[in-house]
Amino acid sequence: MALWTLFGLMGGKATTPWPKERGENGQYGVLGMPRYNPEACQEGCDECASVCPTRAIETSGDNLSVDYGRCVVCQLCTEVCPAGAMTSSDNWAFGVRSREDLLWSDTGGHHEVLHPTKSRAFKRSLHIRHVDAGSCNGCESELQALNNPFYNLHRLGIFFTPSPRFADLLLVTGPVTRAMHEPLKAAYDAMPEPRWVMAVGTCAVSGGIAAGNYACGTGVEGVLPVDLYLPGCPPNPAAIMEALLMFLNRTPQRVRGGQISD
Amino acid sequence: MIGTRIRQLSPPSLIENAEALHASGGRIEFAYAWSPAGQTRQVRYVSSIPREREFEMWVVPDVGELPSLTPMLPLLGWYEREMMDLQDLKFTGHPEPYPLVIRSDDNVLLNGKGHRTQPHANGRPYLPDIDATDVQQLPFGPIRADVLESAEFTFVYVGEHIIHYQPRLFFKHRGMEKCFEGAEPQHAVVIAERVSGVGSVGHALAYCEAIERAAGCKVPVRARALRVLLAEMERLYNHLHYLGHLCNTTTLKVGEAQGKLLEERAKQLNSRLTGSRFLRSLLVPGGLRRDLNPGKWLGDALENLREEFASYMDRLEKSESHLDRLITTGLLPERVAFDHGATGPIERASGLDRDLRRDHPYAYYEGLPLVVPIFTEGDAYARERVRFAEIDASFVLCQRILLLLEPGPIRADCAPAPSSEGLGWSEGPRGSLFYAVHVGSDGRLARVKIKSPSFSNWRAFPFTVHDTNMMDYAINEASFGLTMAGCDR
Repeated sequence: MALWTLFGLMGGKATTPWPKERGENGQYGVLGMPRYNPEACQEGCDECASVCPTRAIETSGDNLSVDYGRCVVCQLCTEVCPAGAMTSSDNWAFGVRSREDLLWSDTGGHHEVLHPTKSRAFKRSLHIRHVDAGSCNGCESELQALNNPFYNLHRLGIFFTPSPRFADLLLVTGPVTRAMHEPLKAAYDAMPEPRWVMAVGTCAVSGGIAAGNYACGTGVEGVLPVDLYLPGCPPNPAAIMEALLMFLNRTPQRVRGGQISD
Repeated sequence: MIGTRIRQLSPPSLIENAEALHASGGRIEFAYAWSPAGQTRQVRYVSSIPREREFEMWVVPDVGELPSLTPMLPLLGWYEREMMDLQDLKFTGHPEPYPLVIRSDDNVLLNGKGHRTQPHANGRPYLPDIDATDVQQLPFGPIRADVLESAEFTFVYVGEHIIHYQPRLFFKHRGMEKCFEGAEPQHAVVIAERVSGVGSVGHALAYCEAIERAAGCKVPVRARALRVLLAEMERLYNHLHYLGHLCNTTTLKVGEAQGKLLEERAKQLNSRLTGSRFLRSLLVPGGLRRDLNPGKWLGDALENLREEFASYMDRLEKSESHLDRLITTGLLPERVAFDHGATGPIERASGLDRDLRRDHPYAYYEGLPLVVPIFTEGDAYARERVRFAEIDASFVLCQRILLLLEPGPIRADCAPAPSSEGLGWSEGPRGSLFYAVHVGSDGRLARVKIKSPSFSNWRAFPFTVHDTNMMDYAINEASFGLTMAGCDR
């Protein structure tokens, strides 16, 4: 007979108090979305746009257009940039309500956040049905981590539920492959109203690395109405938690116009 | 091709060569089709021969149709079906000539043209109608309970007893091999890292080795040593996750929590060392993208983790309720494991003594103190014990690398010549991984074939489910530690 409970108790509390003050989010060292600094950008240089595997960076005229909804965090742009206009950062909390907020804009951080979650009833109790619509298993690995003792998502009143019938939020990962297109829509149709959809991971937001391939689509948009976007490859558990809390109006949205505020 | 002996075979001689391979105790590792520009399409079979370091690659011209080798070498069944689906090849005499990857009404060809003319038709596995009143059919999936990958399973059962089990995979087929085509060899490692998230290092490593063999590139010692460190750290967090998940299925709740907490600690070490919890964005053909500075902290942190793991394992080994559910569950006999191509911890738990790290050394494995645990029982408990021993071995390897790491360059020039080709491999946490790359005349990738370990193990898995009972199914599946993403690609 192994004394699981005794040893478990002796180990002390493993759960982080984060997002409360002085809590560790557990993401020490994690590289997030590259930070774009247009002032450092050299004229006529398109190094970053030419290496970007998902066209998250494109040249439009003399300027770059940067779409964090397409970024797979591969860091290639930060390595080829000769001028420091693309630099590595620890900005991984990129959950937004509006897809436009993932597009870099120099007026970022000013406009009002649109349509906050209407029903207060879900603020302290949210049930999620997850659907894997063709991910690489990276997002699933991080979603599974949410219920490990370190993050312990339950403590925030957020639960995964087996049946879409009990779910308030449909959390979709993957670019929506042809074969998962129909099951995904069936899961959504089975949900009671009000219902919301969250696209987790760059694949679900914009299709990711395989976007538009013969076998898959370009994310959840156009398949289901998306209420919450969280790019990342994969988004880490703290980023997923923060996005969920933002959706529940428990923390403010930090990213506007592709720029993050602390 | 470096590391590979190429033999041109004519289609009629295929059968006799397969017989000779079978008699020698060799095994086909994988097979794929490749259409060189302006030449006849070829089918390539890569095999390993006992006690030989080199792989043997047969190149067979596709003359319209080839004899199916599946009746003799069952593990080829899925490879041949995959080629029939994606490249429209014909194999005569195939025992299961049904679509595998793409449903017939999807009408999409990888190297050809095609368009869909019919709506999707999920949930129709190729099963005969059953005319017996007591027998029930349970289709389960593709969306399953909990946070799991998509796949559909059909159980044919009476009461608790499973008569027949049919998994239907490839719901997650993304066409990853196609993504490589036309990409720059240096940058396509980003794609390889995203084939299977929890196998990022294994995939990137096999891809880089393939490009490096095509280019004849010598990777600096420090980069090779750090690659071993990364590959073993990947094995650690995967195996720790596996143990936590296995405890979940045996309803050992505290054991599950502690296993997953150890996994989380390992992932946090990953991000502290590399900036990525999945150890991504480091490997590149020719070496590493940037140097790592593990320092003393990593050795100390790994030693702490090892001590916690040791006491965790000790408690698991004393938990009778846990062991009772594992012992004799999901038996995979050695013969079935060999014939159907089981790989990694699965084959090593069924008595097959194979490990690419030892048998075909790559990166920096040659000369390292590598222990390859073998168990012969073939049950879920043996599969757990193989993982226990591999975790121990990984800790030893990591510490050894940290000891012998010398400063030095970490990247060499690596540009494969136009029209070159290379084979790369690595032993991932789930088993053998292969990449075969073909560079086009423009220096960009023309074809990349990915052989992932789960593709092999899914083929063997159903044989452990037929004629067992429902209560053991979840435990058995967890004990295999399969992924869909790598299998479906």
